Amino acid sequence: MNPAITPSAFPALDLVPKTDEPQKAKDFKSDQEVRWCPGCGDYAILAAVQGFLPELGLRRENIVFVSGIGCSSRFPYYMNTYGLHSIHGRAPAIATGLAVSRPDLSVWVITGDGDALSIGGNHLIHALRRNVNLKILLFNNRIYGLTKGQYSPTSETGKITKSTPMGSLDYSFNPVSVALGAEATFVARTIDSDRKHLTSVLRAAAAHEGTALVEIYQNCNIFNDHAWEPLKDGDTRDDMLIRLEHGEPIRFGTNGDRVVVRGADGHVGVVAASEVDDSQILSHDAHADDPGLAFALSRLSDPHTLADTPIGVFRDVSRPSYDRMAREQMAAARAAKGEGDLAVLLAGSDTWTVS
Amino acid sequence: MTSPAQSRDHQVSAETSATSPPANLEHDTPLDKDTVTLGQVVIRLAGDSGDGMQLTGDRFTSETAGLGNDLSTLPDFPAEIRAPAGTLPGVSAFQLHFADHDIMTPGDRPDVLVAMNPAALKANIEALRPGGDLLVNTDEFTSRNLAKVGYDANPLEDGSLEDYRVHPIPLTSMTVEALADFDVSKKEAERAKNMFALGLLCWLYSRPTEGTMAFLRSKFGAKPDILAANIAAFEAGWSFGETTEDFSVRYEVKPAPMGAGVYRNISGNLALSYGLVAAGVQSGLPVFLGSYPITPASDILHELSKHKTFGVTTFQAEDEIAGIGAALGASYGGALGVTTTSGPGIALKSETIGLAVSLELPLIIIDVQRGGPSTGLPTKTEQADLLQAMFGRNGEAPVPIVAPCSPGDCFDAAVEAARIAITYRTPVFLLSDGYLANGSEPWRIPAVDTLPVIDPGFATEPNHGVDTENPEFWPYVRDPETLARPWAVPGTAGLEHRIGGLEKADGSGAISYDPDNHDRMVRLRQAKVDAIARSIPPLQVEDPDGDARVLVIGWGSTYGPIGAACRKLRAAGHSVAQAHLRHLNPMPENTEQVLRDYDRVIVPEMNLGQLALLLRGRFLVDAIGYNRVRGLPFTSDELAETISDVIAHLDTPART
Ligand SMILES: Cc1ncc(C[n+]2csc(CCOP(=O)(O)OP(=O)(O)O)c2C)c(N)n1
Ligand code: SF4
Ligand SMILES: [Mg+2]
Repeated sequence: MNPAITPSAFPALDLVPKTDEPQKAKDFKSDQEVRWCPGCGDYAILAAVQGFLPELGLRRENIVFVSGIGCSSRFPYYMNTYGLHSIHGRAPAIATGLAVSRPDLSVWVITGDGDALSIGGNHLIHALRRNVNLKILLFNNRIYGLTKGQYSPTSETGKITKSTPMGSLDYSFNPVSVALGAEATFVARTIDSDRKHLTSVLRAAAAHEGTALVEIYQNCNIFNDHAWEPLKDGDTRDDMLIRLEHGEPIRFGTNGDRVVVRGADGHVGVVAASEVDDSQILSHDAHADDPGLAFALSRLSDPHTLADTPIGVFRDVSRPSYDRMAREQMAAARAAKGEGDLAVLLAGSDTWTVS
Repeated sequence: MTSPAQSRDHQVSAETSATSPPANLEHDTPLDKDTVTLGQVVIRLAGDSGDGMQLTGDRFTSETAGLGNDLSTLPDFPAEIRAPAGTLPGVSAFQLHFADHDIMTPGDRPDVLVAMNPAALKANIEALRPGGDLLVNTDEFTSRNLAKVGYDANPLEDGSLEDYRVHPIPLTSMTVEALADFDVSKKEAERAKNMFALGLLCWLYSRPTEGTMAFLRSKFGAKPDILAANIAAFEAGWSFGETTEDFSVRYEVKPAPMGAGVYRNISGNLALSYGLVAAGVQSGLPVFLGSYPITPASDILHELSKHKTFGVTTFQAEDEIAGIGAALGASYGGALGVTTTSGPGIALKSETIGLAVSLELPLIIIDVQRGGPSTGLPTKTEQADLLQAMFGRNGEAPVPIVAPCSPGDCFDAAVEAARIAITYRTPVFLLSDGYLANGSEPWRIPAVDTLPVIDPGFATEPNHGVDTENPEFWPYVRDPETLARPWAVPGTAGLEHRIGGLEKADGSGAISYDPDNHDRMVRLRQAKVDAIARSIPPLQVEDPDGDARVLVIGWGSTYGPIGAACRKLRAAGHSVAQAHLRHLNPMPENTEQVLRDYDRVIVPEMNLGQLALLLRGRFLVDAIGYNRVRGLPFTSDELAETISDVIAHLDTPART
């Protein structure tokens, strides 16, 4: 075993070589000039990721960022790690090949709401169900930024954009619901402007073995400014945001006056704390094998008003990752039959000799 | 058959297995029959999809290979897994050509047709050579079955088959009868009729039987009753041949002279799979296959999934785009990325191939072509994806193309594709087709130490400003000889870099929108692919008479039929030259000269003239196309006729 590989607080990264050198955020800044619009939420996410990575203590050369296409997908250029800016929607597929063949890498996927859920929807759901060792950061600004402002699969119905002057007709996706329906083992949501929360979610994602999907509410101040404002504004925030904590009763609101309960009909909803007994308040169990409650929580939020929007880790369950099982199959084959011998393979069993 | 890469010049004697009847046969009244020696035979087995014709054909082929005959096979099966029984769409056939000399094709027309039912007869009788032997399973010729395929009268009785030597055999009932004492159901007994037919054919052509016995034992070992029944059916078929008066002679075909070596029979898809495994071994790179099932390429995925002990990873993706994406991701990480598909899958992969061109990473893209457009003819062969491989991408996106010319040659083509991909850091197309994929031929097993060693030459050090205080790694600095860029894989300290599909500055690889830089990069990528021509052998011309004025040039699986046609013409006293392109992009450096050396250039292709278009466009040569897209390989007769036509009109002015 490589001496640089030591068990850590991040067991999912045990196979990735570590460094003894202390790292700082600036070590992860590349020499490229960052070219997002001033004020774009992507800056905050970049800073949070660069600030968080030193915690992992991984060798920089063993970290790879793979992205698709979109404003958000420019991210890898700004990271002083290995980086691959690929094509629209395909990053999860490309990263899958990389992660499956290289257990010694920490592989991150950067994608947008259009990239992940429109053109790349198929790859996203399959990466999630396979549970490949990927950490997918989905920058959701509810708009196509790079192509200058068309509505996206997460835009609220009725959205007026350049391509929908009379309002969009589609019903939107809720990325967390999609991921839970796709058998994801780790699903979380956070917000670009909440550095502390964002970092805590990144930490949990990094510790997870398998695919982690982190939806990050991101502001596009050019084409969809204030999309998440009610969740950021000090006046409304506390009444709208549900901060999920594993093992804790789900309570929010200015004075903790709102709670999540399961009604007599089985429906999960929000009620005033005063209406119910404390014992009726649902506790959040991110480790529950059954994704039912996590899904119900994901449905609480109103796509228009954003009322009752949960953030935090919805689901974090342990299942062996695809890549680990693939390696185990290979090891089992070798243990049973030994290392492949090309001459034996080519000869097969049915030969004849001409002399 | 002999491929250009493989020569069998010395006369040699082949070691043959003894031809003996199954050991425990009872020879009640064996007739004393003469054995007639034949130079070659073409047999076609035809039946319902459920009749096991492919398996019967495979077994007969194995016995034939073991005997040292040269051979070539052509399975022809329907796209439907089980079309309604007894119907024309449900007919599945297997053709085998075997000979005591070097042959190049599965044969134009069968000498012997085995028809298991009226549908098989109707679908295949036109192909049978007049005077040929027709073995029919009379049990299936019921009025209902005849009506199903539109026979008004029973062809066995109405005289319509008088051009052939008809052998009416109640195959089903004889099989059932032979198995009366076995503990199997009537249905199971009936199913064994293909073994009866195989036994009869093995007797008729003096084939050894040990291999089939071993095969049955391994297939049915767990079901002793079925095993015993199949062996008994096989033996009953053999004894029937020996005792019936219907066959007055039996035949033998002597071994063919072949170059010294150890041989096996191999299909194109198997050879291709082995070529990929070998490429991994010879380059020291783990092979990563990303693929989505599609006929006729799926067998490569199936085969490679068995070879985990070679470090081969197979990934069945959610679609073709993910298949190639994963393969490219693996290549980025330092594996030998491979993706396998057929034409419709290539259409889906195009954008990612463009990315691979831009990233300049090794990647092998295998297109086992089938009839198109769209879903087309999934189980039939065609070579109409050449231009898709050449040009089917946005932007100037040159991709090298190699094409195997015979089933066994798929091995060498795969190794060559890997050599180009790794050496030049480029995606490479390998164009096989349905005929090569499923066809088979004897293959001289190469010694591993004769295979090329491929050096991935990973980058390990900074390459820019190395004499300065801050040496850097520039991902797009090129090797002056190959123009290849460095392959620096994640995990290599100090070489961290970011690349993508946006245009890159020459050298540094940073994003660049500079007009002149883009023009330079487009030309550099093209020049890199063109430079591959310096590493490939010149185009060989076969012109034994040395005075040919007509050149026939082809690519891919038409090699055999073109070669057989040229031989026929030469035997008839004509001179004709043959050349075959293994590399379609870039072509060998002497290609233009070869074309200019002849008064006429004929290009037979199973498409509407795709190579001809390239040759005309590049070399201003008035290439004459011969184009048919019937989903079947060319016959040597049709090609010989076309070529002799051109020869006959040599002295009338060429088309202008
Ligand atoms: C095959 C293909 N189709 C379309 C585009 C154009 N395109 C680029 S980015 C994009 C949408 C990006 O939206 P999103 O993923 O939400 O990223 P954002 O820019 O908002 O971060 C589109 C449609 C493309 N680059 N490639
Ligand atoms: S368009 Fe929007 S998402 Fe894109 S960089 Fe500008 S602000 Fe950010
Ligand atoms: Mg977006």
